[in-house]
Amino acid sequence: MKSLEELAAIRNKMKNRVVLREGSGEIRVVVGMATCGIAAGARPVLNAFVEQVASENLSDRVTVTQTGCIGICQYEPVVEVFEAGKEKVTYVKMNAEKAKRVVEEHLKGGKPVAEYTIGNN
Amino acid sequence: MIRTQVLVCGGTGCTSSNSPAIREAMEKAIIENGLSEEVKVVQTGCFGLCALGPIMIVYPDGTFYSRVTVEDVPEIVEEHLLKGRPVKRLVYNDTGDEKKPEGPVSLSETGFYKKQLRLALRNCGVINPEVIDEYIAMDGYAALGKVLTEMTPKEVIDLILASGLRGRGGAGFPTGRKWLFAAGGEPGTKKYVVCNADEGDPGAFMDRSVLEGDPHAVIEAMAIAAYAIGADEGYVYVRAEYPIAVKRLSIAIAQAREYGLLGKNIFGTGFNFDINIRLGAGAFVCGEETALLTSIEGNRGEPRPRPPFPAVKGLFGQPTIINNVETYANIPQIILKGAEWFSSIGSEKSKGTKVFALGGKINHTGLVEVPMGTPLSTIIYDIGGGIPNGKKFKAAQTGGPSGGCIPASLIDTPVDYESLTAIGSMMGSGGLIVMDEDNCMVDIAKFFLTFTVDESCGKCTPCREGTRRMLEILERITDGRGEEGDIERLESLAKTIKSTALCGLGQTAPNPVLSTLRYFRDEYEAHIREKRCPAHVCQKLARYEIDPEKCKGCSACSRKCPVGAISGQIKSPFVIDQTKCIKCGTCIDTCKFGAISKN
Repeated sequence: MKSLEELAAIRNKMKNRVVLREGSGEIRVVVGMATCGIAAGARPVLNAFVEQVASENLSDRVTVTQTGCIGICQYEPVVEVFEAGKEKVTYVKMNAEKAKRVVEEHLKGGKPVAEYTIGNN
Repeated sequence: MIRTQVLVCGGTGCTSSNSPAIREAMEKAIIENGLSEEVKVVQTGCFGLCALGPIMIVYPDGTFYSRVTVEDVPEIVEEHLLKGRPVKRLVYNDTGDEKKPEGPVSLSETGFYKKQLRLALRNCGVINPEVIDEYIAMDGYAALGKVLTEMTPKEVIDLILASGLRGRGGAGFPTGRKWLFAAGGEPGTKKYVVCNADEGDPGAFMDRSVLEGDPHAVIEAMAIAAYAIGADEGYVYVRAEYPIAVKRLSIAIAQAREYGLLGKNIFGTGFNFDINIRLGAGAFVCGEETALLTSIEGNRGEPRPRPPFPAVKGLFGQPTIINNVETYANIPQIILKGAEWFSSIGSEKSKGTKVFALGGKINHTGLVEVPMGTPLSTIIYDIGGGIPNGKKFKAAQTGGPSGGCIPASLIDTPVDYESLTAIGSMMGSGGLIVMDEDNCMVDIAKFFLTFTVDESCGKCTPCREGTRRMLEILERITDGRGEEGDIERLESLAKTIKSTALCGLGQTAPNPVLSTLRYFRDEYEAHIREKRCPAHVCQKLARYEIDPEKCKGCSACSRKCPVGAISGQIKSPFVIDQTKCIKCGTCIDTCKFGAISKN
């Protein structure tokens, strides 16, 4: 180790790996992963969220996690976004492409993607 | 991309209950289910709740599984990792409230963790101790970087002084003062930094857990200490009975060397420092600092008189500082967060937190860390989950063989250096053994004294001969041969030993006797005068009797009695001849009618 910069570089590279263990961020993205969700393609959705959140450096404040059946199987894959002090947003019939847009506009930009929400489907 | 991490405890407790096999099965099941790109298994240090091991935590949801077996692994993978449904029957969600929550709760909401504050243990159970990058990700080695590039040695010592950090090994000497003593002297003097990891108190495992769970914190802190006093070489003296701790520490030292965080010209500042490991052979006296130094030097571990103190004349005759593992584990955070942050935690004269190894008659056996000044009752009931089987709390023993007991009447005592000393106990290194109504306090004192008699190195007479005489008196009392005047003899011997023994081992050896005498004198008197053990522990004082009302006269006990002490007529009550009875207890086990009692 010849410099503090080198140390900081390792720290930043590894931060994503341990931040998962520091508990929940301000925003929680929950992907329904019951049999119905998986059959409808929830895994690529979950993975897209995980990858996008990391590549956009949102890991400090966004936690991506999974849950069981949310109960609206015909709308799977279902993704719910929880943020303290705000109403829950439920996205339905998701896919990896839609997930990228949610990360960009909602998680990063703060504006839910209305056309993917349950009210519009 | 990894979305889920499964943390499996690799501390000594969980390792003994088969956690390595669980980790292996987990890794295999993850591959079989095609999850290897998404889920990662991480081995960590101790989570603290050893009684419920093996422990597993799934992040990011933070589901806490306890008592996991290899057979449970496929279900966890298929249900939880694949489908997102936690396996309810394995979830630990005891929040300590009347009504248990339905689903999983996060770690910080469980009764065991809620009132804890983990500073020295902050990385234990969080990072993989065998991967230096994970330590660096948690701001590891940033404190060393800061010290070397931004601070003078004097500023480092001033910061530690201002933080109020005191030695966690037991005596509570201010760490900054110790460093200050060693910092002076001729420039260029060879100096040493030593870490005391010779944890020998029965029931104590704080230092082991830190070394197993966060070894880099100790290495980083030793380097900081070396910079502060002007040393370039360090020793960790650790017990050979701690194989996992030794292994992880060795791995950590090798990784730090590889990264140039130990060795020559660290961070390009011209500062050199390296660490050696010395294994102790398990002698309790080697936890005493001067004996420890003598042992590192290659000699028989015997204490030497102080002064000169190690800070003046220590290892190989050179100025040396010796700090305990837990003391070191606090230092990097004090450097990064500041003295004010640290001194805002704890009580007036005892700053920061203290780690305790909870053991004995307590529901949550394990490792806990609380702010100094936390009432003992909080540790025992809120965190420790109380006494098993509805029994009553009788006393807690702190400080191991050098410490004393805290009776039920003082259970609200704040746990800090001053308060514990004031009631005749001591902080000690952190062993906390809980006793219930079934423990005999004379027997407890005898247990600790037996330990010190075994461990006395024999160099000075008060300890070698005095503690043995005290033990003989205690044995006499518990055997029913106690005499009037025994208590006074114990007190007089104790006083002499305390004031004349050479080292800390001897000077504190009488404490368990003195403190049980202080709070449980009536138990000693019952043993001596009435030849009775109120807790029914001392076998030779037990008296077995047959209740004639309940006895059916079946003769079963009489046939089993190995000494023929029970006689009677079939179908009428039998009687035990007390002069023949050897108190073996066979009759109680034999009787089907509950007619025999032990008093």
